[in-house]
Amino acid sequence: MDEKKKDKGNREKAFSRRYFLEMLGIGSIGIVSIGSMALSASYLSPNVVKEPPTKFKLGMPSNFSPGSVTLIQDQNVYVVRAKEGYFFALSATCTHLGCITNWKSEEGIIACPCHGSKFNKDGIVIGGPAPKPLPRFEMTLDDQGNLVVDKGVRVDESNLLKV
Amino acid sequence: MANKTIERLVASRVWRSVFRHGLPISNRARAESVFYNFFLHVHPVKVRKRSLKISYTWALGGLTTGLFFILTVTGALLMLYYRPSVSEAYADMKDLQFVVSSGLFLRNMHRWSAHAMVATAFLHMLRVFYTGSYKPPKEFNWVVGVLLLVLTILLSYTGYLLPWDQLAFWGISVGTNMARAVPFGIGDKMSYLLLGGNIVGENALVRFYVLHCFILPIATMVLMGVHFWRVRKDGGV
Repeated sequence: MDEKKKDKGNREKAFSRRYFLEMLGIGSIGIVSIGSMALSASYLSPNVVKEPPTKFKLGMPSNFSPGSVTLIQDQNVYVVRAKEGYFFALSATCTHLGCITNWKSEEGIIACPCHGSKFNKDGIVIGGPAPKPLPRFEMTLDDQGNLVVDKGVRVDESNLLKV
Repeated sequence: MANKTIERLVASRVWRSVFRHGLPISNRARAESVFYNFFLHVHPVKVRKRSLKISYTWALGGLTTGLFFILTVTGALLMLYYRPSVSEAYADMKDLQFVVSSGLFLRNMHRWSAHAMVATAFLHMLRVFYTGSYKPPKEFNWVVGVLLLVLTILLSYTGYLLPWDQLAFWGISVGTNMARAVPFGIGDKMSYLLLGGNIVGENALVRFYVLHCFILPIATMVLMGVHFWRVRKDGGV
């Protein structure tokens, strides 16, 4: 008997005006919170970024002698021309923590000044803390015969530009 | 099931390290949960039922505070895309309107909240006057309130320059020329310091930006703390 009375009381409470208004209030706060979070998320992700283009021209292949390693300063890329004459482009950014490496022509290695990582001219790690070889970027020739490097496209070691 | 989980959570060591008192089910625990909480400690433990009536305060102080909160959040978000330099400011403002997702909404929210905050602060002042709430022993809090109104107007005025359009440029030209009217060379010096020079240029824009986004909001927050603490200690809401 008492149990039934209590149940009835609970049910009445569940549909009371106060309960309805409470849920309406909590619900609207919830909708506003979720909405403002969604708006902020879309706001925080920029629609336009003003960053330098990833693709750049390097001029004619004859500017690079066979067996040379050239650092393109403002792009942080090495253009390597093997003795056999083919080209490939190596990133100059160390795979350890992102410092810019240097080409040591007398030792024939690429060395990082920050933590002593060493790479050979194929970008393979030969010493120091670097965990991965230097990545290679896509290299092509345009219609005028200029070398073009695209830092946005990574390629594997089999991808060589023969001219 | 849910009750058991809550009981176990409340009894846990982590919970007890944050909230040293029990659940607010006794008068003592209710008082302790106000005393020992950083966010609640400015509240009085008990308030008169009479002062909770909406028509007593019209919640105007609370609305002003709420608008200040909205302005802080939207302002911080606008700062992500706005650069205070003569060459970039106007373009960045236009980018916020037409390029950035929901940038127009946030910018307008900041603008309308700023207008509304001046209005609610003024109406709050009127309410305090008509209910005689400025009378002793609360006369000093009236002074703090007047300073807060001045800061609100200064925040509104310094934000006026930032879009770097014609309205902004001439608004600040007129305003700083008004400051020049103070005699004995004081006005000229004030205007020179405010603009960081003799013309409304790069220095003026950076100075107004720093005032608008850092110095004035910090001053306002400190005075808001004092204002609320005094209101609460005098038994207000």
